[in-house]
Amino acid sequence: MRLTDDLIGSDIGAYLQKHENKSLLRFITCGSVDDGKSTLIGRLLYDSKMIFEDQLASLEADSKRVGTQGENIDFALLVDGLAAEREQGITIDVAYRFFATDKRKFIVADTPGHEQYTRNMATGASTADVAILMIDARKGILTQTRRHSFITTLLGIRRLVLAVNKMDLVDYKQQVFDDIVDDFYAFADELATDLEVQPIPMSALAGINITERSNETDWYDGPSLMEYLETVPIGDKRLGAPFRMPVQWVNRPNLDFRGFSGQIAAGSIRPGDRVKTLPSGRQSTIGRIVTATGDLDEAIAGQSVTLTLTDEIDSSRGDVIVSADDPAEVSDQFQARLLWMSDTPLLPGRRYLMKIGAKTVTATINAPKYGIDINTLNDVSARTLELNQIGVTTLSLDQPIAFDPYDENREMGGFILIDRQTNDTVALGLIDFALRRASNIHWQAIDIDRSALAEQKGQKPAVLWFTGLSGSGKSTIANALQKRLFALGKHSFILDGDNVRHGLNRDLGFTDADRVENIRRVSNVARLMADAGLITLVSFISPFRNERQMARGLMADGEFVEIHVDTPLGVAESRDVKGLYKKARAGEIKNFTGIDSPYEPPLNPEVRINTVGQSPEDAAEEILGYLQEKGFLSD
Amino acid sequence: MKDETDLAKMTHLDRLEAESLHIMREVASECENPVMLYSVGKDSAVMLHLAMKAFYPSRPPFPLMHVDTTWKFREMIEFRDRKAAEMGMDLLVHVNEEGVRDGVGPFTHGSAMHTDIMKTAALKQALDKYKFDAAFGGARRDEEKSRAKERVFSFRSSEHRWDPKKQRPEPWNLYNTRIHPGESVRVFPLSNWTELDIWQYIRREQIEIVPLYFAKERPVVSWNGVDIMVDDDRVPEELAKTAVMKSVRFRTLGCYPLTGAVESTAATLEEIIQEMLLTTTSERQGRVIDADQAASMEKKKQEGYF
Repeated sequence: MRLTDDLIGSDIGAYLQKHENKSLLRFITCGSVDDGKSTLIGRLLYDSKMIFEDQLASLEADSKRVGTQGENIDFALLVDGLAAEREQGITIDVAYRFFATDKRKFIVADTPGHEQYTRNMATGASTADVAILMIDARKGILTQTRRHSFITTLLGIRRLVLAVNKMDLVDYKQQVFDDIVDDFYAFADELATDLEVQPIPMSALAGINITERSNETDWYDGPSLMEYLETVPIGDKRLGAPFRMPVQWVNRPNLDFRGFSGQIAAGSIRPGDRVKTLPSGRQSTIGRIVTATGDLDEAIAGQSVTLTLTDEIDSSRGDVIVSADDPAEVSDQFQARLLWMSDTPLLPGRRYLMKIGAKTVTATINAPKYGIDINTLNDVSARTLELNQIGVTTLSLDQPIAFDPYDENREMGGFILIDRQTNDTVALGLIDFALRRASNIHWQAIDIDRSALAEQKGQKPAVLWFTGLSGSGKSTIANALQKRLFALGKHSFILDGDNVRHGLNRDLGFTDADRVENIRRVSNVARLMADAGLITLVSFISPFRNERQMARGLMADGEFVEIHVDTPLGVAESRDVKGLYKKARAGEIKNFTGIDSPYEPPLNPEVRINTVGQSPEDAAEEILGYLQEKGFLSD
Repeated sequence: MKDETDLAKMTHLDRLEAESLHIMREVASECENPVMLYSVGKDSAVMLHLAMKAFYPSRPPFPLMHVDTTWKFREMIEFRDRKAAEMGMDLLVHVNEEGVRDGVGPFTHGSAMHTDIMKTAALKQALDKYKFDAAFGGARRDEEKSRAKERVFSFRSSEHRWDPKKQRPEPWNLYNTRIHPGESVRVFPLSNWTELDIWQYIRREQIEIVPLYFAKERPVVSWNGVDIMVDDDRVPEELAKTAVMKSVRFRTLGCYPLTGAVESTAATLEEIIQEMLLTTTSERQGRVIDADQAASMEKKKQEGYF
């Protein structure tokens, strides 16, 4: 950019005027080092004169010292932090690079192309307008090309550059180029029907068709890469779409002003336009579009503004202001595609936080319907999702949200999942559609309610949740307690882990994911029993805090009583009533709690039972005392 | 229906501005006790300007904080106090009093130890003292290699350490701001701006910056191979005696003994930008702190430097 424009020296004012009005294009480069990706980016930076002399001097020195191009400049060294990153043990990641030409400013998301960096590529693609797919002309379309095309189109990019690189090594033969392009089109239809593909033959190393069209490929009449990047239309379907703005912040400087601040996600808006706030559905009219430099007559997608409404509507962060004529959908159950980004696999049935727009809700993720093999694009069966895996699943939320399908609007349909314990971002998700059953299956109103059922039995319903190691004495104590309750004329029922696994949960094993599903089903059954007015004794190892927390969350306040049967592993193992510890130690049973699968003890159980030196009957008596004290048994 | 090329109606500066406003509002909404680190330089000036826009007509719902090493240019301090008052912003100034008591300074302790005690340690002290859970900083990704891969929301352990292996993905404009008690997050709303963007924006928005950026006759001495300004009488006498008047300006601002002056006659914004576009060295060259050790920024950051 510098030095290419004489105006800089002669009339800086005119130059700046011109350059203030440049547009901004964001693109992602996909490929591995071997494809010449770093060389390409290095050359784009170099050719746009974004390299300062001190950097150039060190580049020339490095090129001679460690470069791969003899006495010539090795452009790859400009951007190739990868070797250094490996040495430092740093995660190879998305790096953002910046350059500008006379026409545009560019932001490049530079991501490695190997399968283990799928999440990084997806992150880079999520904000990109264009993807450049690097292909080595000698190798043609490879598995990784299919993978890169899939990930970038999955994230919504519809403009792809097929950068057929290293044409110098195949003597710039048109046939080689044409064959590769044909191969690509042969599977491109599977990706999306509205793709715009621009194939360009090039040599990043020799600078062929990078900034200018070259005579070496006189059979090619398309643009050079830079010509394409400078002229390709920017933006997506968002602008023609109906108006959407998630409310980020309620702007209340004083009692006379109430504005809703946010970044417009789709469409445009003018004062006087009719709008709705979702999910409440209340209607109003846009009063003003407020910015620090004065009110606007119109605002469009991408702008950060503050809107006022003509009616006093109580709207808060996370609501979405939408066009009244063409509102977004509202639902609490969805089908979505998930890309798993965490080393800890998805645990179906577990609750995660879901952030979409400015809204954060709790979402229960169900087991995937199927996974997608990102190399073959085939559906594969999947019970969970591991790092970098993509799958289709359904999820249900604790409250309804406004959304549009991801393919219609990235901001309104894209979300992240957050682990509630670690706070890590564990997945990226794309909403496909709402499940109709969410809106069509209503709660059946029942005339005789749960309190009536409990009163009839002269008790307060409770879920007594016995947790502890195998052989700790859970079932024995629960049995003893039930006998006592029965004698007192109380209505109770025992849900026992082993017994339930013979029927309701016979399809589940002992992996972490299955354990979570096991608990999800049992806690729902226990809840129904509590609704029926019963005192329900649940005797399950239930090793994970998170799932016990989930069970607690299902029950009415005060009805969940966590009982930790706190028997040390050594004692439980020495009892070994069922002979299971012996088998686990011998490796005959996998995923055995306490041996090769963790047990997370409760931090604040309502009752903690020490079984060493105490009989099951005494333990039952202790729990009975607790129930009496808390009023569960009084008539 | 609008043509989809309409998005091009937003210039690159418009898009950068909208993104920065979005980031600031996320922090204001989701973090409990945010602060904006104000270093008085041009990037801070832009950041403050953006904050005023993000929350208009409200005031930004957080204070400014300046970590004062006590070796900043006098003009910076004047500018800082006047600007905060003009904008109606609360300004917190933190000084490492232990360092002051021990007489720490660049001339006596060298740049590395001075920066470590008066800047890095002071920043940690200040964040701990006020229990800020989020701190805006004006760093940009184009400044330096390790910044290029740092996230907009950059998490710090309760010991203020940055773990580059544990960065959170930031797809779309969704930022996961959740932290455990004691942890904090540094937020960089200018991540995607380049030095040229900053200058162009300052020009477009007519943002006032410290006069030190403009060329003027100033007394300078050569110290450690760099021309530095004699800003007060703490320059050692022997050195101060060698002062000569030169037309100089500063491309970055920091502690005056650690900030290299460049000879220049650029006295207007246009001339500064012109000089920058025609110049041949990158911005950080004038900073003594970077030259201290190769690849030093990554290391400093892991230790808690901003």
